[in-house]
Amino acid sequence: MKKIQLIIISIFLLFPKTVYSLIEVDIIRGNLNPLPIAVSPLFSDDNTKKNGKQELGLDDIGSEISHIIENNLLRSGLFNPLDRKAFLQKPDIAHLKPRFEDWALIKSQALITGKVSLQNEKLKIEFRLWDVLAGREMVALAFTTVPSNWRRVGHIITDKVYERLTGERGYFDTRIIYVSEKGPKIKRIKRLAIMDQDGFNTKYLTLGNELVLTPRFNPTNQMVTYLSYFKNLPRVYLLDIETGLQEVVGDFPGMTFAPRFSPDGKKIIMSFAKDGNSEIYTMDLENRIVEKITNHPSIDTSPSFSPNGKYIAFNSDRSGYQQIYTMKSNGKGVKRISFGKGLYGTPVWSPRGDLIAFTKLHKGKFYIGVMRTDGTGERLLTENYYQEAPSWSPNGRVLIFYRETKTDSEGKGFSAKLWSIDLTGYNERLVETETDASDPSWSSLLSN
Amino acid sequence: MYRSLILSSGFHLFIILFAMFTLPFALKKPLDIPQIVSIELIQITDKTNIPFAPKAKKIIEKVKKEEEKLVSEQAPPKKVKKEKPDSVPLPDEKLEKIEKIKEKKQNPVKEDNKVKQVSEFEKEDMFDPNEIAALIDKSKEEMAITNEKSLEVSQSKDKSMNSKKLTLTEEDALKAQIFGCWSIPLGLPYNENLLVRIKLKLKPDGTVIKTEIIDHARMNKPGQGFYKVLAESALRAIKLCQPLRVPSTGYERWKDLQLNFDAREMLEG
Repeated sequence: MKKIQLIIISIFLLFPKTVYSLIEVDIIRGNLNPLPIAVSPLFSDDNTKKNGKQELGLDDIGSEISHIIENNLLRSGLFNPLDRKAFLQKPDIAHLKPRFEDWALIKSQALITGKVSLQNEKLKIEFRLWDVLAGREMVALAFTTVPSNWRRVGHIITDKVYERLTGERGYFDTRIIYVSEKGPKIKRIKRLAIMDQDGFNTKYLTLGNELVLTPRFNPTNQMVTYLSYFKNLPRVYLLDIETGLQEVVGDFPGMTFAPRFSPDGKKIIMSFAKDGNSEIYTMDLENRIVEKITNHPSIDTSPSFSPNGKYIAFNSDRSGYQQIYTMKSNGKGVKRISFGKGLYGTPVWSPRGDLIAFTKLHKGKFYIGVMRTDGTGERLLTENYYQEAPSWSPNGRVLIFYRETKTDSEGKGFSAKLWSIDLTGYNERLVETETDASDPSWSSLLSN
Repeated sequence: MYRSLILSSGFHLFIILFAMFTLPFALKKPLDIPQIVSIELIQITDKTNIPFAPKAKKIIEKVKKEEEKLVSEQAPPKKVKKEKPDSVPLPDEKLEKIEKIKEKKQNPVKEDNKVKQVSEFEKEDMFDPNEIAALIDKSKEEMAITNEKSLEVSQSKDKSMNSKKLTLTEEDALKAQIFGCWSIPLGLPYNENLLVRIKLKLKPDGTVIKTEIIDHARMNKPGQGFYKVLAESALRAIKLCQPLRVPSTGYERWKDLQLNFDAREMLEG
């Protein structure tokens, strides 16, 4: 018996077999089209609608929050929110169990559902993000907050959706500080203003008695450093947003300008000009110790720390023309990184640490561009008559800057507006502000 | 004892003989066949192969009548006119010559000329549309048989073929389809390893039965959140694209397929 078994086994072993190796196909390209997404209005019951009308003046708070999410996703350029009229399923049922076939039918690849309740001055929101094609839930979260925070809830939901679908953190629950401008060009009233990144909730921080320029947030978004012409002397100031207290930074015998915080928020880096020479200094906010970083007869200005605090980018005319340089945070190892035609200025290190944004002036036109930290891979994202002062979104994906228009022969037609552009260079959008605006600075994420 | 010895040697002999015949096949190296350069074949049968139908019969008859008219109106060929009376063969000889030519030559153009020279009755006998229809039908049958045969041959070829790759055309068709479906998440860190390998089990029509992410463990590793996003986007692309544009033959070859999604090139620009 055993012999027979052995014979059978040996027959099987000896027969030649055909072996198929697995075919592999490399997919190295895809499309960069915005992802179709359906934002189903957040469901709110009659009681919530009634309370929302009384407390916030909103007809349907759930629908309003959904609009904020839609608007955020659309402006990012990465998503294509689908028209609500095409939705086949009711919001309350979709939130419980979406009929994925219905959502796939309208070409949606992702779906946001949720519900809101407003009772006893508490706003409760829960939302879910669904993968329509896979037919499963991707994110489910709930928040409780005060009713006045209803817009922020929309931004936070957008951040969560953005992060889950793109793989990087969002930038929607953020604020922008800028210089609000009013009046004729020769007599502009400039005030510090702060608003949500989508242009809502504007608040003015100064009265406009003094000229203010270049406001910058600290990492915790509680403090702002800026340049103010108090009694016609330009100096760097520090302002606490919550208390409204402000103070002069350092006792410099001359003009200080172009301030920024260090990534840990403990220092301010700025330029100090005296006798026609400008050098870069830092000041420790705890012990007020001032340190001179550069020492060169040329004009060194616009310093910006790298996100790890180890390097500083700045612009200098030490080569004869204004160019961008990098150096270690102690001022050693100065290296020129811009070599293109034209003048380069306002370098700003990306929060991701991989790129430096800049303004370039060439043949009478202004460009906003980016380059790698070693100066390679220069890309000009946008060109215009006059534009400058780029500032990064906290995820390093979008830049905000301001653009001025030409005045006509009668001195009319001048305007200054905020614009945003993403790294692709295709998604350029006007950022709506109540007044003319310049010198924007993007905060970090308010919620983590 | 003696019996078992015979049995044992018999079996041993059988195994040795069996190994002698089969082992050379097992050791045989696969043929080094050069990569197949595929050519796109366009089916033109619809345009060239006119099916037999009453309408077609009418057309054929109409054409036939026109040709008949042409023949009757046509003057005899000039060559005949130029020929000297001496050189003109006798009627019997002429017929014999024609028969000889018929046997030797197969040029249809010249055959036409000859047809024009014979009487209308003879022509009717030669030009029977039913025969043409029968011929067409026959050719169709033959074609169907040959198609079946070729399919059988290709299937048997596929079975014996263990090529590692799809042909360039097959691969390009599949790639082009997935390129259109894959929305690359733009927020991925492009200095990381952005390769997602997915194994597919497919039906013969290209529908996906099963997907399996090869480096699945990486999805839950700390600091690799982007990989999950990337893998999900690749899975969405497969679902959105199905049924996949797979070759119409050789199912055994591609029923298990691996797609390697790499976003780095796109993100680096």
